[in-house]
Amino acid sequence: MNPVLYARRRMTARIFLSLSTGAAIVGLIWLGLILFTLVSQGLGGLSPTLFTESTKPPGSAGGVLNAIVGSLIMSSMAVLVGTPIGIMAGTYLAEYGGQSRLASTIRFFNDILLSTPSILIGLFIYELIVLNMGHFSGLAGAAALTVIVIPVVVRTTDNMLLLVPHALREAGIALGAPISIITRSVTWRAARAGIVTGVLLAVARISGETAPLLFTAFGNQFWSTNVAAPMASLPQVIYNYANSAYEDWHQLAWASALLITFAVLSLSIIARLLEPKRN
Amino acid sequence: MAGLALENYAIDERANMVRRFGRGEARFRFLALAAALLVVAIFLGVVAALIDGAWPAIKAFGLPFLWTEKWNPVTEKFGGLAAIYGTLVTSFVAMLIAVPMGIGIAVFLTELCPNALKRPISIAIELLAGIPSIIYGIWGLFVLAPFLQTSVQPWLIETFADVPFFSILFEGPPYGIGMFTASLILSIMVLPFISSVTRDVFETVPPMLKEAAYGLGCTTWEVVWNVVLPYTRSGVVGGAMLALGRALGETMAITFVIGNAHRISASLLAPGTTISASIANEFAEALGDLYVPALVELGLILFLITFLVLAAAQLMLRRLEKSGGKR
Repeated sequence: MNPVLYARRRMTARIFLSLSTGAAIVGLIWLGLILFTLVSQGLGGLSPTLFTESTKPPGSAGGVLNAIVGSLIMSSMAVLVGTPIGIMAGTYLAEYGGQSRLASTIRFFNDILLSTPSILIGLFIYELIVLNMGHFSGLAGAAALTVIVIPVVVRTTDNMLLLVPHALREAGIALGAPISIITRSVTWRAARAGIVTGVLLAVARISGETAPLLFTAFGNQFWSTNVAAPMASLPQVIYNYANSAYEDWHQLAWASALLITFAVLSLSIIARLLEPKRN
Repeated sequence: MAGLALENYAIDERANMVRRFGRGEARFRFLALAAALLVVAIFLGVVAALIDGAWPAIKAFGLPFLWTEKWNPVTEKFGGLAAIYGTLVTSFVAMLIAVPMGIGIAVFLTELCPNALKRPISIAIELLAGIPSIIYGIWGLFVLAPFLQTSVQPWLIETFADVPFFSILFEGPPYGIGMFTASLILSIMVLPFISSVTRDVFETVPPMLKEAAYGLGCTTWEVVWNVVLPYTRSGVVGGAMLALGRALGETMAITFVIGNAHRISASLLAPGTTISASIANEFAEALGDLYVPALVELGLILFLITFLVLAAAQLMLRRLEKSGGKR
């Protein structure tokens, strides 16, 4: 028995466990501070004109309608194109590929693509589409977002399909159904909630993306729904306005920031509620 | 006779069905494979586009691009060292802050937190990962930077003025914006990646191992330090590498608070730049034959760095998955 040693060990434990608790509290404080600033700064800028007017020169009351619509157009195009591709690729990995070398390689590249800096995706689309078209366009912006959507959907589809009990597939095989039919009428249905989660996460991810749009969609001061022309987007309006010197533009930037954060956080909370429990 | 005809009919019908199934199956399988290969094609496309776009700069500046600090758009003399340095230093400092904090949060969630609070707290921490980086950017610019400028940075400068080495790190006027502020923002952004991966791997530790250590009279901390951490080492390192990959490529948050100066300063409080911030800031306005290629070359370098880090992270996490990290 050595009381000094015991006291020291208990002390060490207490210090490090308090530090751990402290780390969790600091993390929560960061979240609280950011959300508090957003609400207190952004609430003042939430007015009807925000949703009815397009971006205007500083000094006149403007809104961000063109940016909201631009964001919606580009995001929906990205999701409409990216989701089917992502689901099919994820299905290949889970149902046909399994642990084969090809599937492992594809998974590896997909995981890298998932974490590739989004500004590099912007450069890729710039070289691929903007240079060939000769000008910036909403189409290029949507393409950049699609490249971000695909790996997210592939990853979740693959994971969620692997969670489906194998007995369900075997029942289908025993009836003589080929894998394509089992996939469409059994496995996809069983994994539906998980796949939807993946799509929602992808939407949440792209609705705040700014970097890949800077030199693809470029931004547009005016009302435009032409995807062949430069297109405005909400994150980019925040970027441009926050960097400006005008007080009323800062106000609009905060209000837009509040809108985006609210939308993205609700999407990720819904996605989390839908997500099947892992065990 | 009638019975035989019916049987023949049924057999034909079934043969048709099997053929149709076969064709449908082949089509479906082909589509799925094509989609999966598209992922690889996109990856290769990114590499090809970056090399193609950077080629004029690679030819003009060669390898010295990597260790030249000068970045002069007017004379078209470009070197990437300042941006590469800024990228590596901000990410490194961010990891110094975020790794211990992330592990601390994971320890709190697995060992200390009452069950009822576990889910809400881990969801709240993970929401930090959901906030778009542009939001961190304006928050950093309008809230964090002024706060650091008026309170934290003067204190740092004063406290470390006489401490060797640290006096160089925390030197000079408190600008508010600069490498230190960028690192701090980065550390907040990657914190949830570290804490959630770490918590997940902590939960894979067999309870038996922990109970055995408790049975020997270990304190909670000793169990974490001597049993949990060694058991989950490669998972924790993998999670940290994943977070590092994020930090290296983070763009919008950094652009707002780093000050965008192409120079290398020993002081963390001085403005600097990173690869991604340079591209975001200068690309749309870049003129001349070499300016854009030089920026793309920086992008290519960033791609190579993140690829190495992420590939290492993948290998570590995957090895863990195979070697019975599962329950």
